[in-house]
Amino acid sequence: MKLQARTHAQTIAFVLMTGLLACVPMIGIYPYFVMQALCFALFAASFNLLIGYGGLPSFGHAMFLGTAGYASAHAAKVWGFPPEAAIILGTLAAAGAGVITGALAIRRQGIYFSMTTLAFAQMLYFFYLQTPFTHGEDGIQGVPQGIFLGLIDLSKVLNLYYVVLGIFLAGFVLIYRIIHSPFGEILNAIRENEPRAISLGYKTERYKLAAFVLSAGLAGLAGATKVIVAQNASLTDVHWTMSGEVVLMVLLGGLGTIYGPILGAFIIIAMQQYFAGFGQWVLVIQGLIFIACVLVFRRGIIGELAHALKIRL
Amino acid sequence: MTRLSAVSALALALAASSAMAQDKNIKIGVLDDMSGIYADVGGAGSILAAQMAIEDSGLAKKGWTIDVISADHQNKPDIGVNISRQWADKDRVDGIFGVLNSGVALAVNGVAKEKNLVYMNSGAAAADLTNAQCTPNTVHWTYDTYLLANGTGKAVVKSGGDSWFFMTADYAFGHALERDTTAVITANGGKVVGSVRHPLNNSDFSSFLLQAQSSKAKIIGLANAGGDTTNTVKQAAEFGITSGGQKLAALLLFISDVHALGLKMSQGLIFTTTFYWDMNDGTRAFTKRFSERMKNKQVPTMVQAGVYASVLHYLKSLEAMGTNPHDGAKVVAQMKSMPTDDPLFGKGVIQPNGRKVHPAYLMGIKSVEESKAPWDYYKLIATIPAEEAFTPLDKSTCALLKQ
Amino acid sequence: MNTQALFAQLLVGLINGSFYALLSLGLAVIFGMLNIINFAHGALYMMGAFCAWFLLNVVGLNYWFALVFVPLIVGCVGMVIERTMLKRLQGLDHLYGLLLTFGLALVIQGVFQNYFGSSGLPYAIPSQLTGGQNLGFMFLPNYRAWVVVFSLIICLATWYGIEKTKLGSYLRAATENPQLVRAFGINVPRMITLTYGFGVALAALAGVLSAPINQVRPLMGADLIIVVFAVVVIGGMGSIMGSIVTGFLLGLLEGLTKYFYPEASNTVVFVVMAIVLLVKPNGLFGRT
Repeated sequence: MKLQARTHAQTIAFVLMTGLLACVPMIGIYPYFVMQALCFALFAASFNLLIGYGGLPSFGHAMFLGTAGYASAHAAKVWGFPPEAAIILGTLAAAGAGVITGALAIRRQGIYFSMTTLAFAQMLYFFYLQTPFTHGEDGIQGVPQGIFLGLIDLSKVLNLYYVVLGIFLAGFVLIYRIIHSPFGEILNAIRENEPRAISLGYKTERYKLAAFVLSAGLAGLAGATKVIVAQNASLTDVHWTMSGEVVLMVLLGGLGTIYGPILGAFIIIAMQQYFAGFGQWVLVIQGLIFIACVLVFRRGIIGELAHALKIRL
Repeated sequence: MTRLSAVSALALALAASSAMAQDKNIKIGVLDDMSGIYADVGGAGSILAAQMAIEDSGLAKKGWTIDVISADHQNKPDIGVNISRQWADKDRVDGIFGVLNSGVALAVNGVAKEKNLVYMNSGAAAADLTNAQCTPNTVHWTYDTYLLANGTGKAVVKSGGDSWFFMTADYAFGHALERDTTAVITANGGKVVGSVRHPLNNSDFSSFLLQAQSSKAKIIGLANAGGDTTNTVKQAAEFGITSGGQKLAALLLFISDVHALGLKMSQGLIFTTTFYWDMNDGTRAFTKRFSERMKNKQVPTMVQAGVYASVLHYLKSLEAMGTNPHDGAKVVAQMKSMPTDDPLFGKGVIQPNGRKVHPAYLMGIKSVEESKAPWDYYKLIATIPAEEAFTPLDKSTCALLKQ
Repeated sequence: MNTQALFAQLLVGLINGSFYALLSLGLAVIFGMLNIINFAHGALYMMGAFCAWFLLNVVGLNYWFALVFVPLIVGCVGMVIERTMLKRLQGLDHLYGLLLTFGLALVIQGVFQNYFGSSGLPYAIPSQLTGGQNLGFMFLPNYRAWVVVFSLIICLATWYGIEKTKLGSYLRAATENPQLVRAFGINVPRMITLTYGFGVALAALAGVLSAPINQVRPLMGADLIIVVFAVVVIGGMGSIMGSIVTGFLLGLLEGLTKYFYPEASNTVVFVVMAIVLLVKPNGLFGRT
């Protein structure tokens, strides 16, 4: 009964979201903005998989976004990879970085886990700052968008939009499947009581590492797609403030909810984009919203909504 | 009086008769760092400069409609790209002005070409804008690393400062400055005895200053910017470096930096600028009007002056064309074909690669006694003529020159 | 290798370490007692420096008065923040405190940026401390010598106050078992408010100390926070002595890095943090 209600609300929400996003180019919303937001939404969702369901609060998630970005930008621009290959390469690069850093970081818990990931992220930042192929703060510019799968010309806005939407939905469904799979249930059990999970015979470290690598790979998918959209890769994406931003997106939208990170990402990207006209006050407004979020609606927007409606979203 | 109204009536009549054929709507976008570390250099002052240029152009009276919109790129290339794309697609912006920060500037450069906008940069240092990454849509106005290196490097070596030690911010801008200045120093018979690269947005420079001190170089070249430069200067005084006889050559220094340091702390600095408010009647008159409208009564920086002058030249070119073709490359070609003339930078030209050339000035700091008024800070040491200030055309790697 | 130059670097590093020590001490006190990662620490440090400027240029009180009044003023601001906002976050995940203080930092920095611009304000070294000593291997400005001595005194006094006095023992007990301490008739919430105010006051004090050295700018503390937080983690979270010693050690280490591989001087702290977390997760001085 309860389960049915849950599936019901989530099906409606999914159809609603997909429908809305599919209509975007027709209702006059600027598609580039939505594409950017979709990439960040996937990034936030990947982070939410780790923190909201795996209980692993990474504070260095930008390293995966940025690693994938640089890898795919370099592949597309210098090696002439087609966009799908560049995106796959970026995703793999991020997952690879996830294997190495994750194997070390998951030995720690809570705030110590966060700080370990931050430390690795800072080291990677330094690497990207020093290594010549990233061109330092000038970044990799003019990344070609190319022909997706040899068929779809991504330099046309509509084509690009639906490809990005497709990638986002694929990532989103994957995350949804992971959360509701036996693997997700075990992850949840570990988050709630790790000693008990261990006593039940689960090798918790393996599950945690798998979650970490999945999350890193999905963050990488977001980063690589973003490069194809924005046509540049820059240090902004590996800076620690980006790792902070993704925490904000998830908390604002609702930690541990499926739709929360998506909404959170849209709000934050919209704030950066549409508050840009406010000039100097943009940071103050952002700060005030975060304070309000913590003091007034701590479950995040979707979390509060779900709580009020007594459903899971 | 009557003649004026007759003229304007005529103009109106002309405008009305050709309204069908002529598009006299212009939309300008000022994209700059409004809230970050360079907000004083560009920021709200750049928006004001653009507005003043529109007022001073007098085009509104001649039947043109000019709108200005502005946005904060927050020093993030992504945001810069998205805003400029949106301006092009949705808001129908014709030209983008300002854009401090090389990373953002280069990113916007790509969008401007793709969307065929006019892109007049004032504030980014990247010489690439008119070399490897030049486009038919881009004009680079105020300064670039070549100018900064060449201006200061050459003049200092010639005046006897022949041994250098560099303190370089560890990013592309710093590296480019160090590389270009080193080339100028050695070409003029000086030598570089050492250098140290410090992280960007560093706060303590004492370690690096000690290394500079023990190098015994006559000149310490600061290949950094903003807060890094002001902190270095402040701590150099503290460690007795300037009083010990070594001189600081700041390769990029804005008047807002000098103001923030205070005159006493800035003593002994030498640097290159392309605009100073107290150069002549034209700059003083502009500054008076500008400061009155600025918060804190700030005088214009060279970046804000560049925004004013570039908007003015853009509008003049459109006026000469008689209509706005909404075709960036075409308008930029028109701008290149007309000599520039404005009260702030004087007479100049835009080279085929998009580089605006004008004279530059090697400046020193006035002593506390010499300074008579607020913001009375600089004294002229030497003028670098326009033809020596910027990259010679035969050395530019811009592909447009090969056609 | 030039040993004299190395010596100079180490001394300079030690001086920088005193700032890290003061800042991380404040952060450690707040974390230890309130369990909050105070992301506004850098902004409050900046506020301290601005407050010193304000006292000098508007009120006419010099550096020495600023050393006393600024920590009090900014500490009061801190207590207001605690009473109105942080208090509501008791018992919640670290993330919420972090998010709230991060938002606060954005607001504070944004407001200062609007009023004072981004390039900052001048603040001169007090006349009593200008000049310096020639130590043979380097020129040591008097002001730097003062900074290192003064902050060492403050750090040790704080350590003594928390670890060795009766008040300190109440404080420590209150964080571990507030009910029990309340049963002794002690006003626990007030104690927590005062503790936060004290941690903030330390940040403000560091701001005053740094005003004559660093340009007083709205973003002067923005990047400092994660470095200082790394110091706290390396020292062992909540360990008072740990954060002091680690602060000075990090200064030394940075000094060495600036000599051998200057580009990495901002990154070295994170390398150390990663190693410490992997080998000794409770930090160098942490209690298990």
